[in-house]
Amino acid sequence: MEGETNNYLRERREMEWRENLRKQIKAKDRTSIERVKMPEERPDDRIKGQVEVNKGLTDEMAVKEARRCLDCLNPTCIQGCPVNINIPEFIKCIEAGNFADAAIVLKDTNALPAVCGRVCPQEVQCEANCFYTLKLKKEPVAIGYLERFAADFERNSGNISLPEVAANNGIKVAVIGSGPAGLSASGELAKLGYQVTVFEALHELGGVLKYGIPEFRLPNSIVDVEINNLKKLGVTFHKNIIIGKTLSFEDLSRQGFKAFFVGSGAGLPGFMNIPGENYIGILSSNEYLTRVNLMGAARPDYDTPVQFGKNVAVIGGGNTAMDSVRTAKRLGAERAMIIYRRSLDEMPARKEEIKHAMEEGIEFMTLRNPVEYIADKNGRVKSIRVQQMELGEPDSSGRRKPVPIEGSEYLLDADLVIVSVGVSPNPLIPQSLPELNVTRWGTIGVDAVSMQSNIPGVFAGGDIVRGGATVILAMGDGKKAARGIHDMLDNTVNKTLQDKSTASS
Amino acid sequence: MNTILRKENLSELVVKLEIEAPLIAQKRKPGHFVIVKIGDKGERIPLTISQADPDKGTITLIVQKVGTTSHKLAALNAGDTVTDLAGPLGHATHIEKVGTVLCAGGGVGIAPLLPIVEAMHTAGNRIISVLGARSKNLIILEKEIRAASDEVIITTDDGSYGQLGLITKGMEEVISKEKVDMAITIGPAIMMKFCSLLTKKFNIPTVASLNTIMVDGTGMCGACRVSVAGKTKFVCVDGPEFDAHDVDFDELLMRLNAYKEQEYSNYQQYKENIKA
Repeated sequence: MEGETNNYLRERREMEWRENLRKQIKAKDRTSIERVKMPEERPDDRIKGQVEVNKGLTDEMAVKEARRCLDCLNPTCIQGCPVNINIPEFIKCIEAGNFADAAIVLKDTNALPAVCGRVCPQEVQCEANCFYTLKLKKEPVAIGYLERFAADFERNSGNISLPEVAANNGIKVAVIGSGPAGLSASGELAKLGYQVTVFEALHELGGVLKYGIPEFRLPNSIVDVEINNLKKLGVTFHKNIIIGKTLSFEDLSRQGFKAFFVGSGAGLPGFMNIPGENYIGILSSNEYLTRVNLMGAARPDYDTPVQFGKNVAVIGGGNTAMDSVRTAKRLGAERAMIIYRRSLDEMPARKEEIKHAMEEGIEFMTLRNPVEYIADKNGRVKSIRVQQMELGEPDSSGRRKPVPIEGSEYLLDADLVIVSVGVSPNPLIPQSLPELNVTRWGTIGVDAVSMQSNIPGVFAGGDIVRGGATVILAMGDGKKAARGIHDMLDNTVNKTLQDKSTASS
Repeated sequence: MNTILRKENLSELVVKLEIEAPLIAQKRKPGHFVIVKIGDKGERIPLTISQADPDKGTITLIVQKVGTTSHKLAALNAGDTVTDLAGPLGHATHIEKVGTVLCAGGGVGIAPLLPIVEAMHTAGNRIISVLGARSKNLIILEKEIRAASDEVIITTDDGSYGQLGLITKGMEEVISKEKVDMAITIGPAIMMKFCSLLTKKFNIPTVASLNTIMVDGTGMCGACRVSVAGKTKFVCVDGPEFDAHDVDFDELLMRLNAYKEQEYSNYQQYKENIKA
């Protein structure tokens, strides 16, 4: 399989147009071009609304950036990509001015390029493995920006290409959850000719892409375009169906589904279990973001309420914490603060998100930890007892462990607290399949290659397996599981045919 | 899908809706709830299923007009559709024969109590139901409750029907004259709190079905969290029924007020809009 891929990549690289392109500019001239800067909305403008912060590259910027790519013989960047996009190929399409072709290359391996171009942590994936990073110690080619550019170009052109789809094989596969893992699995399975039905528990499709990631980082309209593309590939979507509740796995088997992909996500927010955490005005980032992003709570004509805090404290340092604190700022918070128990260096959020948050006036209170909440007489939170921390020895994660400083506690005013300290897997599917192998963290145990659980025919991926990871890792899982499902079903189909022929002979 | 087949006004404030929902009707058991959303800009609210007819493929919801969404739902008529309906959610009631079961339903809480009364009755329990409400017009489903109960006591705050007094008065009357093996209470949080305090005094195991604020109803948001025996639980996936004696009702009452002001102004806006 790997050899096959390498051969394919080499063949593509040796195409005449790629060779010509390589010859046009000397490597030295390529490497002397400076990395493009992403045009952004001004911080004081963007915090007034939900407008997308990154505006996207212009054609000229994209072509110039594409020229930086050396079209390496050994494209290490691809190894950093969980869905193995042929990165040099799509970048060289951009350099050649064939923007639409670049999008086709992306969609060959990635069902949601416009999404990934926006929310993937490229700095620790493809761009971390770019020749510029590894060997030249220079800023990597802006692969993420270019991915977004190509996907946006295609979408805006109104001329959306669809990947090649194998003939419908009539085999029904059920996908549970329409988040990144489910969408990616559906796209792959549809391409392989399966009849895919996606079951979504909520009233909207897209999972975390809709309820979690805010408009200013990933507009919902972009997610909808990607979902519509899947519909064009023949994928059927059903909303408001909770598998394990509305329909059981048995029901689906009876309806003729031959395999299941569970991508039900990390839908159970974690709390810290400290005194006062159930006071009014203290909520999970999942709840806060769902109210604002999915339910439109901040807009006057929507029924769902949300609290507009004056002093908003977000507990945690991940991307979800950044999304929450930046949302609070946009909803008019005077102070929007991050409270994080380690230092900036250990913060798990993407550097870009931290940078954007700082530009927007978010206060970073690092080496701080809440230990208690204090409320007014109505049970509404009014302040946080904060403890100062220092970094001790590295813990099992390799990061230096935060240690409380004795006697350092103080009170901080806060009328809205958003707890963003991680999520656990949603319990509904494991509850409905008692024989399913569930780890002690509540995640579904799967085979690392096929993504199959201990129940034959039941596959899983994304946060229900990982506990809380990224969009792209979920998508990578979905893709792997699609392959696993295909291998299983292909074998059974072949076996059935063999059995039939043996029986008849 | 989700078409309202029949609507009945049980009182000025309470409506009964029979809604086409074949998949939910098949799976629903006593104690289950659904999430309902009206219109594209509506909010998601939990409502306990009162009855279901799997053959007909319908579920029955009983709604008291309180805020915007319940008013919107109550304003729908036969032939209209409920925009979004998802379920059945939560754990079903544990049904078994324990002996004598005291079932206390307050106001619109009588609706979700009915299927539990019926199932506990079928399981062979002696059922004594106590129904309480502010006044006569808020006592609902009396006939249906009577059909599945060995004895029924009714109390109203204003004395307009049954005995004058709170529901706990009716319960105490039962407890004082016979051995009660178990109690079930469903109704406003404040009522369940006092029912629970009463049965605790007599050491009667008691189950309360909690109705909290929810957004998704599937464990995702944690809006519904409640302290049970000192531990935080999610009503949507851990409940909705809990050992009443372990529930921190004061915290529950406090948390129900989380969005009171916004809910009030939203409702005022809704009323303005329907006038216009």
